[in-house]
Amino acid sequence: MAEFSTSIKENGDIRIINLKGYLDAHTAPTLENNFTELINNSKFKIIVNFEELAYISSAGLGVFMAYIENIRDNKGDIKLTNMSDKVFNIFDLLGFPLLYEIYKNEEEAIKKFSGS
Amino acid sequence: MSVRSKNKAGELRVKSKTENLSEIRDFVSTNASAAGIASASIDNIILAVDEACTNIINHAYKLSPQGEIIIKIDYDEEKFTITIIDYGKSFEPDRIPFPDLRKYYREHKVGGLGMYLMKSLMDDVEYITVPGKYNQVLLSKKIKSG
Repeated sequence: MAEFSTSIKENGDIRIINLKGYLDAHTAPTLENNFTELINNSKFKIIVNFEELAYISSAGLGVFMAYIENIRDNKGDIKLTNMSDKVFNIFDLLGFPLLYEIYKNEEEAIKKFSGS
Repeated sequence: MSVRSKNKAGELRVKSKTENLSEIRDFVSTNASAAGIASASIDNIILAVDEACTNIINHAYKLSPQGEIIIKIDYDEEKFTITIIDYGKSFEPDRIPFPDLRKYYREHKVGGLGMYLMKSLMDDVEYITVPGKYNQVLLSKKIKSG
């Protein structure tokens, strides 16, 4: 079975979700639970680090679509970082760069949150 | 005139459970490597098959885990073809519009994304449906020589 796991670290009021492994229709609920928990705890400034993510399907992409509106309504955002070319290409194919801010690394995304 | 050999690379039968998606991806990966397909194309084929099977699990079998999914692969020097068969609810792809991501975003709708990915990633996507009997999707990718 494909492995997928997440870990969350804190940076001030920002929460950083690290993704690891394979994000598909089977594993997407793990990430959904992370977002639900952060929203329930009023943590709306969220960075998702893709560095260790090997694979994503549309079921994984759908997770970002499902929560972004609620998060932005609460003056937060989901910013994406450290994507491999392979993963970025899938986001790009679906037009996600129009709707989401994608940065090279966490530092850039943190700066953006601090500046706003 | 050369006779082109057609390789029946294999067949995988799995139940309609999302936990089987990784086995499906491994099956496609192994066969696409054996066919000599470049790794970037293999990644695209794997994703297209994952999307097709995810659609079958969600829509044809409506998340019931007892449905059967059959994946057959064959290839020759020019083309790598995956045939996916299910016995669930018929699918009418003409009714799926071209995705408008901003509209999807507003409506929290993501179902059509997989369909769009399949069409973008493969050279050909073809549906054959025999209502009440079976549905078949054919995904094919040209094999580039050299």
